[in-house]
Amino acid sequence: MFDFDMLLMVGLKFLFALLMIGAVMTMAGYSVLAERKVSAWMQGRVGPNRTVLPFIVHIPFVGKFLKGLGMFQPLADGLKFLFKEEMIPGHVNKLYYNLAPIVALVPALTTMTVLPFGEFFAEDGRTIPLMLANLEVGILFVLAVSSLGVYGIVLAGWSSNSKYPFLGGIRSSAQMISYELAMGLSLLPIFLWVSEPGTGAMGLSLVDIVNSQNDRAWLLLVQPLSALIFLIALFAETNRLPFDMPESETDLVGGFHTEYGGFKFGIFFVAEYAHIVVGSAIFTVIFLGGWHFLPWIADPWPATWVGTLLGIGWFLAKTIFLIFFFIWVRWTIPRFRYDQVMNLGWTKLLPLALLNLIFYVLLVTWLDQPTA
Amino acid sequence: MSSNGNSSMVTINLDGKEVDVPAGINIIEAAAIHGTEVPHYCYHPQLSVAGNCRMCLVEMGTPMRDRGTGEAILDKDGVQKIGWIPKPVIGCGTNVSPGMHVKTNSSMVTGSQEGIMEFLLVNHPLDCPICDQAGECRLQEFATDYGRGYSRYVERKNVKPKRTKLGPRVTLDDERCILCSRCIRFCQEVVDDDVLGFVDRGSFSTLTCFPGKELSNNYSLNTVDLCPVGALTSSDFRFKMRVWFLKESPSICTESSAGSNILVSSREGEIYRITPRRNDSVNDSWMTDSGRELYKQVKSDDRIITPSIDGESSTLADAISSASELLKDKKLAIVGSCRSTVEEQYLLTKLARNFKGKKFLRGHFGDDDGILLASDRTPNLRGALATGFSAKYPSDQLSDLSRALSKGQFDTLLVMGEDILDSGVTRDDLKGIKVVYLGTHRNETSALANVLIPTLTSFEKTGSFINRTFRLQSFKQAVPGPAGLLPDLHILASLINSLSEEVKQSADLAQIWKQLSKSATSIFHKLSFSSIPSEGFQLDGKKWSELDFVEKKALHFLPANQLQEA
Amino acid sequence: MAKTVVLQRKPLSLSERTYLPQIVTGLKTTFSNMFKEKVTLQYPEEKPIIPKNYRGVPTLVKDPNGREKCVSCQLCEFVCPPKAIRITPGSVPEGEEDREHVEKAPQEFEINMLRCIYCGYCQEVCPEEAIYLQDEYSSSGYTREEMINNKEKLYELGGTLPDSHYKWDQKKTAEEQGNDH
Repeated sequence: MFDFDMLLMVGLKFLFALLMIGAVMTMAGYSVLAERKVSAWMQGRVGPNRTVLPFIVHIPFVGKFLKGLGMFQPLADGLKFLFKEEMIPGHVNKLYYNLAPIVALVPALTTMTVLPFGEFFAEDGRTIPLMLANLEVGILFVLAVSSLGVYGIVLAGWSSNSKYPFLGGIRSSAQMISYELAMGLSLLPIFLWVSEPGTGAMGLSLVDIVNSQNDRAWLLLVQPLSALIFLIALFAETNRLPFDMPESETDLVGGFHTEYGGFKFGIFFVAEYAHIVVGSAIFTVIFLGGWHFLPWIADPWPATWVGTLLGIGWFLAKTIFLIFFFIWVRWTIPRFRYDQVMNLGWTKLLPLALLNLIFYVLLVTWLDQPTA
Repeated sequence: MSSNGNSSMVTINLDGKEVDVPAGINIIEAAAIHGTEVPHYCYHPQLSVAGNCRMCLVEMGTPMRDRGTGEAILDKDGVQKIGWIPKPVIGCGTNVSPGMHVKTNSSMVTGSQEGIMEFLLVNHPLDCPICDQAGECRLQEFATDYGRGYSRYVERKNVKPKRTKLGPRVTLDDERCILCSRCIRFCQEVVDDDVLGFVDRGSFSTLTCFPGKELSNNYSLNTVDLCPVGALTSSDFRFKMRVWFLKESPSICTESSAGSNILVSSREGEIYRITPRRNDSVNDSWMTDSGRELYKQVKSDDRIITPSIDGESSTLADAISSASELLKDKKLAIVGSCRSTVEEQYLLTKLARNFKGKKFLRGHFGDDDGILLASDRTPNLRGALATGFSAKYPSDQLSDLSRALSKGQFDTLLVMGEDILDSGVTRDDLKGIKVVYLGTHRNETSALANVLIPTLTSFEKTGSFINRTFRLQSFKQAVPGPAGLLPDLHILASLINSLSEEVKQSADLAQIWKQLSKSATSIFHKLSFSSIPSEGFQLDGKKWSELDFVEKKALHFLPANQLQEA
Repeated sequence: MAKTVVLQRKPLSLSERTYLPQIVTGLKTTFSNMFKEKVTLQYPEEKPIIPKNYRGVPTLVKDPNGREKCVSCQLCEFVCPPKAIRITPGSVPEGEEDREHVEKAPQEFEINMLRCIYCGYCQEVCPEEAIYLQDEYSSSGYTREEMINNKEKLYELGGTLPDSHYKWDQKKTAEEQGNDH
């Protein structure tokens, strides 16, 4: 009766899911560290370099090096959030107040189910993409789910029953809606291009998009404007500077999480960085060739498990660079005013994305006409 | 330039202004009346003029007259010429005369002052950081006001003995001495105890005691006050506190019926020294050494600071209420004190009336030194007479009380700070008798008391005393009393009020004085506490001239019988 | 009447209006900043270099011969704006060869560091150059009492400072060899 293969597959997927969560959460934690370290370096400081685990510090050189990099800081930060007193202000709507951090975190973790991060070379010559669910409509899923993250923020802002979180929540929803459009429109030319006859790729599968960049130009080079619009929209969607309207601590104290503290605040914090990690990964997949090597160069690694690991590593390297880029931009461009954010989204990015789409529609149509 | 008709006044020209001054005074005093300071060290208004410090040099001139005819010499404008004396004269030794011209700020005068200051500082050690006089030092003040600001003296300074003990209470630093001789004149003229003098010559002149003698009389500390510099210092006050921290409160000495006017110097509620306050009708500028020691009783070990009932300490309110329980409807005897203020004696008299108690008063007597230590060693014996607490002159024995006690006429005693056991009352007399004791210090009587209520010393309360010349003098609180204690007046008033609901005795001085001055026959008639002047108010003591007062002829005091003769 | 002048700005070029070149310049600047020398001081291990005239915790100093310089003139107590200084004056007992001629020395000297405002008036006013605000800047304690520096602590903090005056030594010399007749 038992379908052992089925059971095995479910078990494997489950294990995979746990691994993915672990990986993303760890990356989120270390993004926080990276944020602090890179910020410090850019400001002529050294950043966290005190936390250390016993024993490890005694390892010659390595222990000191890890301590200097602040490698154990995320652990200390996490523990601090865990052990802090859970304060619930008296004036909040308790149900939604408690719900909001979860609503913020779940979409961030869900999007990564459709995220391919490498490929496995089976013995029979097939290549199997490494991902939890190979959806045909992967990119749509990503767009749909990731924008659910705004509910967490809106809920937090509203349930806090306090003016600053409320303003933060409102700004957040307005900003998300504005940039969602430009983001979606910026991706359409990609699919037009990828579905081009002769490439063999069809549909909205992220795997197909990645593979279309193997051995050829990255889509970043093919469609730089799409990439730029997507990147700007990504900054806005992840509430990063210069678009961190919901938080903007200088005018809204702490924005939507003003009334939060302890572990609940920690979840918001992790969710924000999980968004960044996932966002960077998606940008890597779509525009930077995923796990494939460099544009126009075939993967130099063998089609074995070694190649798989190197591919995953390459993918991670690209993602980490993007995360670094996020932090880099944070210390370069100051925060926009709220009206400027709206203005940029509706009057600049949206028309630009439409023009970009029309241009590529015409281009693809011209390229696709049968050679007479 | 003529006198203005009033023979006791003369007109002089002070720095170009015509001013009227009393005849016979010297230029320093005349200038002081009109707000001009003539700096001086050796001159003191209550000592003879020595004229040796030369600080008070001024320019002086008199109207010129022809030597032969005595005619006034006039200038072109018909104004009498002034014959200026070519050299400056000392202000202390020059008395005013009609038409005299004085310059206190001419270049000759300021030049003289600068020169004198430079000479005085030649051998001065300039150890102001460790000198107790710093802050009230005439040398410091005049050096800044009239000195040249720097010294041209580069040679080695003279060395003289420091830390010389002139007597049990006075320490001398000879280096600081400017040889003004005030201390020498004081000992000769006021105390008539000639022990101080200068030895050696010139800049080696040194103040010292005559061989085999020491400055040990009861007025020796006045030389410290007189000393314009830090040469004579009080061994008691030496290095205790800098004078600029001290708050000076005017008060009255409680040592004897002389009632010397004093200044109580305190910092943050702690008294550091007592100095005399000038009052030319009472004590001039002097007081006794023994009177200066009295501040030590404030913090002494035998001070009573906690109220107690039958030996158990209690709150003040409990002690007062249990005292009033004890006093009510009993055969009560009240022993008053000549150390209480006028107001307290008045309230005690009222208390005796309301509680139907019999009043007893006890005096304290000693030898009379003919200056400021009267044989009556209490400050307010005359107050007890004036308030009607006692009609007859008290003796230092309470034999009446002792007799009455042994006959069993009383069963309760209220004692105001007196030790009745050393004045004829025996322990046997007190057997079975309840004692309520109000006082500041412990003694044998307080040890026997059933209720012990601590009171305040004269430094800690406000009131008035009547001294040996029937001079009413008020004093104000100088330092706060121990925490939780109330002035005697409050305690007496609450005892009076506890007797019945109808009586409302205020402890407020103004209210008490309203009651005191009501009767037209009272010697306090029309007086109020706030109207007592700072130099005191002379009462009419004729009513008691028959009484046998013990005081002898002394400074500003003549006994009543001699007064009539005079 | 003030005149308002409107400054005409140069119109932006197309590339300037996209802001992209400027953003790239900004990114370059922040990136190069990452490799500049760090200014952070690793505090408990590395101590800052205290400037010479720094006003740290007030201390009492001794002269190079190890004698206390303070003569308890109480000028610092007087000048202290927050009334942090409390001196109990005392005298130098006779028989102390070295300094009996100084006569006066503090019996107790307390500075309440909870009151002290580090103004340095005490140092300025001291006629004996006995009180100095030195380089000690971290003063901490668990109780209020601990924050009151007594004489012993003040001398421990102060140590010895060079003294070129030797005022009291000169006085002693004068006493021994001075003019006499």
